[in-house]
Amino acid sequence: MKIDMSIRTRTMLYGLMCVLLIPFVFPTWWMVTSSVKPISDIFAFPPDFLPRTYEWSTYQRVFELQPFAQQYWNSGYIAAIVTAGTMIVSSLAGYAFARIRFPGADAIFMVVLLGLLIPAEVTIVPLFQMFNQWGMINTHWPLILVPVFGAPSVFSTFIMRQFFIALPIELEEAARVDGLGRFTIFRKIALPLAKPALSAVAIFTFLHSWNLFLEPIVFISTPEMFTLPQALTQFTDAYGGAMWNIQLAAATLTALPVLIVFIVAQKQFVEGLAHTGLKG
Amino acid sequence: MSQASHIVAKSPRAFWTIKRRDQVAGTLFIAPQLIGIIVFVLIPLGLVFWYSLHEWNVLANSFKFVGSANYKMLLADPALPEVLTATGIFSAGLVIFNMSLALLIAVLLNQKLWGIVVFRTLFFSPVVVSLVAWTIVWSFLLQNNGGINAVLQTMGIEGPNWLRNPGTAMFSIIVVQVFKNVGLNMILFLAALQGVPKELYEAARVDGASAFKQFRRITLPLISPTILLTSIITIVGSLQVFAQIAVLTQGGPGMSTTVLVYYLYQQAFQFHFFGYGATLSIMLFIIVAVLTFAQWQLRKRIVFYEN
Repeated sequence: MKIDMSIRTRTMLYGLMCVLLIPFVFPTWWMVTSSVKPISDIFAFPPDFLPRTYEWSTYQRVFELQPFAQQYWNSGYIAAIVTAGTMIVSSLAGYAFARIRFPGADAIFMVVLLGLLIPAEVTIVPLFQMFNQWGMINTHWPLILVPVFGAPSVFSTFIMRQFFIALPIELEEAARVDGLGRFTIFRKIALPLAKPALSAVAIFTFLHSWNLFLEPIVFISTPEMFTLPQALTQFTDAYGGAMWNIQLAAATLTALPVLIVFIVAQKQFVEGLAHTGLKG
Repeated sequence: MSQASHIVAKSPRAFWTIKRRDQVAGTLFIAPQLIGIIVFVLIPLGLVFWYSLHEWNVLANSFKFVGSANYKMLLADPALPEVLTATGIFSAGLVIFNMSLALLIAVLLNQKLWGIVVFRTLFFSPVVVSLVAWTIVWSFLLQNNGGINAVLQTMGIEGPNWLRNPGTAMFSIIVVQVFKNVGLNMILFLAALQGVPKELYEAARVDGASAFKQFRRITLPLISPTILLTSIITIVGSLQVFAQIAVLTQGGPGMSTTVLVYYLYQQAFQFHFFGYGATLSIMLFIIVAVLTFAQWQLRKRIVFYEN
């Protein structure tokens, strides 16, 4: 904004930002370093910023105490299917709401928007009962079907609709004159242009699925079927006390891959989120 | 009649007018989402209401129509004031702290400084850290003998037992949640700040307006649509807080951190009172609906500028 900033102002701004950063960066640092500390060092005073001794066996114990590889796979494949499914459902619906005029479209859009008003927590009791009747308790179906088709995907549909509305229509109209069908126009012309919105939808959906906690603990009961957030809370000794270093090792394994992908692709992440229909 | 059959015979495609084709295509495109909303949102919403009129204990396998009894029980529930207070404190504290911190960081990140992208990345990074992993780390840091009190002790301050003290437990949960997700609002604010035309500031400077006055009279009004939109998302999101409470305090100490969703979970899935759980769901639904509606009304009054 200001063209010239004095060195003093700059230093103050950098200093302020560095202090503000502490609670954002320090926990992650603490998680990674403490995961290789022996349990006796973990509450050492004064606290160690780097481990004095490295105890890599905590990572081995993560896999011994729980079927952690299986749980990792569960979370990963569920998040992948949910992300892909939501992208398909939301881009189709978002495109139709933006482009195809037909009687009833506005009324249907209002009905779909109701999903934004009704968080999954409101309907968790009947959803449990429905999936119970379908024999889908302790399966991954509820964790896939509800996010892809239910309330969580409405937000994505809204983002896609806003994006398609802002997209120039001339190209598609030319294609219609040439006699191309709606689906071909959608797939060949509109969708390739919608990559920014699609990537925002993909990021949101993946994180939402990866973080899901209430639904797994309601629907899933055996360790082999657990997802990661649920599994992370289960690293306790026989007395229910937390096994901190092992829990932190498991937390590191859960958090670090996503964090690394984010740092590599941070530009697409941040700009994808900033430049979509979120602006209203 | 002969004329009509003549047209049909001559042009078999006439049935598929553009209107009809759009109707079919539109319906098919929307069908997966619409069927999903009907099956996983609207029918369950109806069922929640239906269940709330019943006494339903899953363990005892009893399902009995009791009319408004659950609602009377809700109003007489001695825990209700505590639950609503906890929910209110959490949502209000979260929104205020989240929005002001997001705005502060966004203003800082909007300065032309070398290496600003690195700062942006770091401020945003907790958003992509798994929620439960983040919460577990903070639970570790907030233990009585944990990292935060250790750091305080080196400064000669005796820290409280953050998660076991009724005065600090809720505050701790709010702080953990704000640092986790403030990056999202920060990015939205940053995008809004960058959309404010630079000429306005130049004109204001020529007129001798102070930096604070520029912020108050130019920046705030122009980004008010974003502030409103993000506050809606943040408030509705704050009503859904669950994992943080399950990991950090399990609703304690006492009931000081038992927010509505956590209470709902306890009643329905720990104590198996499905009917009462459904009644609490209805209350949650009404609160979300009223808040959203109120904010959309507010939008008409306080938002100065929209494109």
